[in-house]
Amino acid sequence: MSTALSLRQLTKTYNNGFQALKGIDLDVAEGDFFALLGPNGAGKSTTIGILSTLVNKTSGTVNVFGNDLDRSPAALKRCLGVVPQEFNFSQFEKVFDIVVTQAGYYGIPRRLAGERAEQYLTQLGLWDKRDSASRELSGGMKRRLMIARALVHQPRLLILDEPTAGVDIELRRSMWSFLTELNAQGITIILTTHYLEEAEQLCRNIGIIDHGRIVENTSMRELLTQLHVETFLLDLKESLLIEPQLLGYPARLLDSHTLEVQVEKEQGITGLFQQLATQGIEVQSLRNKTNRLEELFVSLVEKNLQEAGQ
Amino acid sequence: MNMELRCNLVALQTIVRREVRRFLRIWPQTLLPPAITMVLYFVIFGNLIGRQIGDMGGFTYMQYIVPGLIMMSMITNSYSNVVSSFFSSKFQRSVEELLVSPVSPHVILIGYVTGGVCRGLAVALIVTLLSLFFTEMQVHHLGVTVLVMLLTATLFSLGGFVNAVYARNFDDISIIPNFVLTPLTYLGGVFYSISLLSPLWQTLSMANPILHMVNAFRYGILGVSDIHIGVALSFMLVATVALYLFALRLLVSGRGMRQ
Repeated sequence: MSTALSLRQLTKTYNNGFQALKGIDLDVAEGDFFALLGPNGAGKSTTIGILSTLVNKTSGTVNVFGNDLDRSPAALKRCLGVVPQEFNFSQFEKVFDIVVTQAGYYGIPRRLAGERAEQYLTQLGLWDKRDSASRELSGGMKRRLMIARALVHQPRLLILDEPTAGVDIELRRSMWSFLTELNAQGITIILTTHYLEEAEQLCRNIGIIDHGRIVENTSMRELLTQLHVETFLLDLKESLLIEPQLLGYPARLLDSHTLEVQVEKEQGITGLFQQLATQGIEVQSLRNKTNRLEELFVSLVEKNLQEAGQ
Repeated sequence: MNMELRCNLVALQTIVRREVRRFLRIWPQTLLPPAITMVLYFVIFGNLIGRQIGDMGGFTYMQYIVPGLIMMSMITNSYSNVVSSFFSSKFQRSVEELLVSPVSPHVILIGYVTGGVCRGLAVALIVTLLSLFFTEMQVHHLGVTVLVMLLTATLFSLGGFVNAVYARNFDDISIIPNFVLTPLTYLGGVFYSISLLSPLWQTLSMANPILHMVNAFRYGILGVSDIHIGVALSFMLVATVALYLFALRLLVSGRGMRQ
């Protein structure tokens, strides 16, 4: 399988001297659904800005499907669709016109552009709003409009910078399913998000960026195997006044009906339930305290912070 | 046709269509005000005051000022169309739609400038038609008239583009029209022949670019000019090429648009 995106020693130093990227190497395979994660200010948006040519790189190379950013920027741009974090369309133009105009910038004749605009606006549930000015749309609709606009020239690589920020859970899930469909059709997708559950659900591979460096670049499955301890919350049927003694399972009572238990990966939870049953404690339901990826993400970023401080 | 060229032609059509649609959509802000202003000029300066002034350059005062007023409205409108449209795109960040696309910088610049030229010509047509209610008009030299109109509208559209690139807020897009263009236009021989001025002021007036345009246009319409037509056209051609190259350089560097 060919490489969709290849970054080599990519650096960016802004005019104020801030070094946002300190030599990033990253490869994303064709057809991948890749998560690029990192805390605020880590360098995610700068990386995406360089890919979309809205930020000038300081040094390094960017290659998209064999097209070098310095040598053939137009060919690179044709392969790329970008959904930015901030709304960046005219507030006064109609939804349909925004998508058709964007197609025109890519040299797509007006009739074909109209057909594609109808296709993507319909798929994203915006066809009824085609004659509305974009300022009249809700936040979620504006995000979907940006996705339709990014798809109208049928890019091979779609980059989404926090596409579901501020979107309600129902809409977020419908966007997940739309993006999964696109990926199944062969479009390579790179996603940045603060919702780690989203990355875990959608992405096969993951890169974690922090302080302008890639601190992890692996498959989601591989990353999750690094998780040694999971924290579970047990909803108890009867109230408890004191914490039960559970051998090998550190536990604490959050309230009279909620018990927090840490379970090491090798232990499994069967032993925990055996001990609870022995003590006559009935469990109504069980859930993860935090998202698994979130625990890993926090530990990796903290580790990087400690190393940077040393 | 080469695919790259075909794509750029479609992109150019798209930008021009969007620009023309924009100024037609907001016609009460773009086409109506110059029509009203110019009618007032025709009534007050041409009709009421002009009758007291008498002839100028062998023509009635009304006939004399009509070419200058057409030129004045075209200068203002071609400039303000591009400065407001491009700055608004920067302000709303919709300019990013263009920057992330494979459109050539030449196409972006020509597209915006063509939009400005279209508005300048549309306003010039409206003002010309209105002037026919007040005076008769014949075109002395059609080629010169059309060339001067196109060069002037192009030059001021390019000026508007440069202003928009440098502008950081809405105040910045009104400074040049209010404090540079308006004085230069009023002092550019719209309402008078520079032969009425003292030799010193005549010499100083020659440095005013708008004087060259107004006189070249007046030559096209009436056949009279305070400036040699060859000098005026050469000046406009050189200024247009120089400003185009400067605007292109700004666009390629991404000044105010790329970090």
